Amino acid sequence: MHALLEISGLRKAYEGSGRRTEAIRDLTFSVDAGELVCLVGPSGCGKTTLLKCVGGLLAPTGGDVLLDGRRVGGPPPGMAFVFQEYGRSLFPWMRVGENVELPLRQKKLSKPRRRELVSDALESVGLADAAKAYPWQLSGGMQQRVAIARALAYEPEVLLMDEPFAAVDAQTRADLEDLVRGLWQQRGITILFVTHDIDEAVYLGERVLILSASPTVVQEQLKIDLPGERDQLHTRAAPRFTELRTHVYEQIQAAKREARPGGAG
Amino acid sequence: MSGSRDHSRSRSRTNAALGAAGLAGFLALGEAVPRLGLVSEDYFPPTSRIATALGTELGDHAFWTALGDTLTGWAIGLAIAVGAGIVAGVVVSVVPYLRRATASTIEFLRPIPSVALIPLVVLLYGAELRSVLLLVVYASFWQVLVQVLYGIQDVDPVAEETARSYGLGTWARVRHVLWPTALPYVMTGVRLAAAVALVLAVTAELVIGAPGLGARIAVAQTSQAVPDMYALVVATGLLGLLINVGARTVERRALVWHQSVRGEVAL
Repeated sequence: MHALLEISGLRKAYEGSGRRTEAIRDLTFSVDAGELVCLVGPSGCGKTTLLKCVGGLLAPTGGDVLLDGRRVGGPPPGMAFVFQEYGRSLFPWMRVGENVELPLRQKKLSKPRRRELVSDALESVGLADAAKAYPWQLSGGMQQRVAIARALAYEPEVLLMDEPFAAVDAQTRADLEDLVRGLWQQRGITILFVTHDIDEAVYLGERVLILSASPTVVQEQLKIDLPGERDQLHTRAAPRFTELRTHVYEQIQAAKREARPGGAG
Repeated sequence: MSGSRDHSRSRSRTNAALGAAGLAGFLALGEAVPRLGLVSEDYFPPTSRIATALGTELGDHAFWTALGDTLTGWAIGLAIAVGAGIVAGVVVSVVPYLRRATASTIEFLRPIPSVALIPLVVLLYGAELRSVLLLVVYASFWQVLVQVLYGIQDVDPVAEETARSYGLGTWARVRHVLWPTALPYVMTGVRLAAAVALVLAVTAELVIGAPGLGARIAVAQTSQAVPDMYALVVATGLLGLLINVGARTVERRALVWHQSVRGEVAL
């Protein structure tokens, strides 16, 4: 095990109309190869900004993001992004199969290899038959599965997920959580998962990073010592799950309280 | 789902029947009004005589030559306007600051009616095809350009970020994100431009005397061949109708995925 992803001293400030807004003050953490880490924090704490900096979509104001020891200056080939807005992230003018295949065409992979990756990825999210459909013919949950398949087919070292299940209903959400855990266990990929949902963070993660309110720092790193095999019914009913969830909840409340007197202005 | 499709099919059949009835009524009115002496038959011949004149025109070789001339001016002018409109629209949108630098100039040039340029083109080229082309291109170029500008503005930031995160370069993003997003707008622009181009082609021929259906209308008028004149006007109308139907068909084929075409389908 080594640190695949290292974030050190990351800062991000936005300049706009003469005002400087500090979104991220100082973030340092690392993610080991094959780890599933959840980032959770109060709403508006810059989680999405952080993930976009990690993914090379936004240039940080200061600090470094290293993937496998190399500095991230733009979106690296070793990372795939799953966005919250699946409906806007999938291209409506392409069929499901073409959506999954497009990034592979940019990677200059051979046609048989592309076909193999596409059908394998669609099968592993349970949508083997949907390749010929258009994304808008599918339900929301199925669309997000397509977006996940697109990310898997890209064969990333690190999968970045930005509140991917915030816009689906509770039952679909539970299914998708189990899908992500299952894929993580089968494929051994590294996942950095951003969520505002405390239960989701504890249920999914091997480790949870609790962020402070904006300007953001890491409030606490918490190891989730739940068994590897988790299921919606028993894991969520386990006393240890409740303890961990309560702890995370308290930390986030504390983060909000700390933010109010000093920096809320 | 098949039930609603049957329903919409039967509704479109009713619409077609109503449309045909309306047209038949209009034609009957055109027949009756001059026959009853409400207007002079010399200036307003009944439908049947216009139809006979149209039949004679269709059998005349010169009519088809004139139609060919009009379509040539229309097609070449439209092609230039569409090509130039798309290229200019993409360049203006993609190059930083160019959009804001050109906005006021575009807003100034766009409302100038193409027909106001007729004296200029006559001075430049006389009664040649080039005169027709200049007027057609000027009128239809703005239709395309403005739609392309709107279309490119409509690119979804999430789609753009998705493309960037998967390593799509500038050219790949233009091809796979920007172009498909702008395509519905481009199609609308082309459809509007096709109609305007026909109007300007016929106007130019009529006023300048460049060969084509417009010039033939002017000749029919000066030689008192009133039913022929009406028949040619009807022919230009039918041409406009065909062009619009054609443009809509292309639009529907190219945009199966778009909300405006796909309706609300769900599996």
